[in-house]
Amino acid sequence: MKILVCISNVPDTTSKINFTDGDTKFDTNGVQFVINPNDEFGLTRAMWFKEKQGASVHVVTVGGTSTEPTIRKALAIGADEAIRVNAEPTDGFFVAEQLADVVKNGGYDLVIAGRESIDYNGGMVPGILATLLDMNFVNTCISLEVDGTNATAMREIDGGKEKIATSLPLVIGGQKGLVEESDLRIPNMRGIMMARKKTLNVIEPVAAQKATEDIKFEKPAARGAVKLVDNVDDLINLLHNEAKAI
Amino acid sequence: MSVLVYTESENGKFKKNAFEVASYASALAKKLGTSATAISFNAEDPSSLGAYGVSKVLNISNANLNTFNAKAYANSIAEAAAQEDAKTVVVSSSADTKFLAPLLAGKLKAGYVPNVVAAPESTSPFTVKRTAFSNKGFAYTQINSDVKIIGVSNNSFGIHEDSTSAASENFNPSLNDGDFNTKSIEIDKVVGKATIADADIVVSGGRGLKGPENWGMIEELANVLGAATACSKPVSDLGWRPHGEHVGQTGKPVASNLYIAIGISGAIQHLAGVSSSKVKVVINTDAEAPFFKAADYGIVGDAFEVVPQLIEKLKEFKAQNA
Repeated sequence: MKILVCISNVPDTTSKINFTDGDTKFDTNGVQFVINPNDEFGLTRAMWFKEKQGASVHVVTVGGTSTEPTIRKALAIGADEAIRVNAEPTDGFFVAEQLADVVKNGGYDLVIAGRESIDYNGGMVPGILATLLDMNFVNTCISLEVDGTNATAMREIDGGKEKIATSLPLVIGGQKGLVEESDLRIPNMRGIMMARKKTLNVIEPVAAQKATEDIKFEKPAARGAVKLVDNVDDLINLLHNEAKAI
Repeated sequence: MSVLVYTESENGKFKKNAFEVASYASALAKKLGTSATAISFNAEDPSSLGAYGVSKVLNISNANLNTFNAKAYANSIAEAAAQEDAKTVVVSSSADTKFLAPLLAGKLKAGYVPNVVAAPESTSPFTVKRTAFSNKGFAYTQINSDVKIIGVSNNSFGIHEDSTSAASENFNPSLNDGDFNTKSIEIDKVVGKATIADADIVVSGGRGLKGPENWGMIEELANVLGAATACSKPVSDLGWRPHGEHVGQTGKPVASNLYIAIGISGAIQHLAGVSSSKVKVVINTDAEAPFFKAADYGIVGDAFEVVPQLIEKLKEFKAQNA
C-alpha cells in the first residue's frame, strides 16, 4: 500500500494571532510553525500502517522553502520520502489541484489529510481532492482499518459516530481519534539524522484556478470586563434579565 | 439564476439549521434580485420552508437516501444547481454538510467558504466574512469562481421568518452505483439529547472536577437547562469523557447562545474553540484563571458547592417560568 500524507504548515496551537500590512497578512513574527495537528494524527496512523502492514509513506506539502523544517519533522517521525510543491497555499481549490497532480503521478492508494488546517480552516482540500481524482472519501475520520482494498472507517457525526465501509483508493480527512494524543511521536536523534538523508523532492505547481482569496483579516472585538457575582441567584437573574440566555 | 440552499432534515423533519440557511439564502436572493430554491431529501413537509422566504423546494423522495451519503447527496445537489442555473449555493456547518460541501465544490468547480458569520459584505465582488485561525480571527474572503458555495456558521445569521408560499416539486437526480461506494454500516448516536453542534446551551467541565465520577452534576445541570455536555481537552485526553465532547481548537467548535465552563482554566486553544458562543459563564476556584478575562459572567468558587446550588435554584426558576 502506498500512502501519501498531506501536511499543512501551521502556527502552533498556543500562538497569539496578529495581522500585518494593513490587516491583509498573517503576522508570522515570533510564531512557531508545526505540523497541522489534524495531519499529525493521520501521519502517526500512517506510521502504524508502515510498521504493521508494510506500507510506504510519503508526505507532501504545498508551500515555500520556509515549510521545509516542518516537512523534515515528518521525515524524522518516519515518513520515507517528502515532496514540496513550491507555491503559496492561499486557496483550497488550488492546493487540491496541486495534490491531485502529486497523487496521479505517485500512484497512491491511500491519501491521508487533516479535516482542516487550524489556521485558515478551509476544511475542503481532502474532499475536493477526492472529487478531482474520483477516489472515495471519508471526512472527520476518527479510526481507519485497511484490509486488502477494503477499508473500514469511523467518522465523527453531530452527537455520535458512524461506521463506514469503503474501499481503496481512498482519501481521508482525519482528526484526533485516528490515533490518541499519547500515540503522537516526538522525533528522536536517530530519526532527525536519518531525515537529513531522505529525499525531499521540490516540484513546481501546475496551473490551477484560485477560487477564493482572503483580502482582509480582523481580530475579534475586545470583550467587556467579566461581571463577577458571589451567589447563584444573582447569576440566574443576570442570565435571565440581562443576557436573555435562559 | 436562483440561489440554491441545501436544507437538512432528519427522519423527514427539517433540522433547526435548515431554517437558518433558508433565511440566509432568501435574504441573499433578495439582495441579488432573484429567488431562493431549497433542495431537501425525503422531507415530510417541504413547503414549510416558505415561512423562511424560500419560493420553491426541490424535494427528493428516494429510500436509498434515507441515510446520509455524502457523495450521493453532493451529486444530487450539484444536479439541482445545474438545473436551476444556481450560481450561489448556501449550506450549513453541520458535520454532514462539512462532509458533502467539499465534494460539491469539486464537482461544481466552485469556491467554497465555510464558517461564514454574516450576510455577504458585497456581492460584486462576492465577499463574505468568516472565522479563521480557529476562531482567533476573522477573514474577509472574496470568491472569484463562477459558482460559489457559502457555509453558514451555526447560530450566526439567525432564523428570520419571511412568509412566502413555497411550491414543492419532486426532484429525481440521476445517481449511479458509484455514488454509494462509501456506505454507512452503523450509526451510534445519542438520541433525545442536545448535541454540541445544535444546542442553545452547552455545559462544559474541566480538570477542576477532579475525576469522571463527578460528572453527575454536570449532566444534571445540562439536563435542567436542556443543554449539551462538553469538556476540555485534558479531560478527553485523560479518558474521563469521550473525544466527541472535546471542544476547542483541535476538538469541536461551540457556537451556542450560552456556554457554561466549570473547572476549566481557559487555555488559549479552548478559548478559541468557544469564542463564537454568545454568553459565557465561568465557575472556577482560581480568580486568576484566564477564562475569567474571556467571560461575561463568573463565580469564583468551588464547583462542588456552586453547581449543586445552581441546579436547585435553576429548578425553582424553571418551575416558576414554565
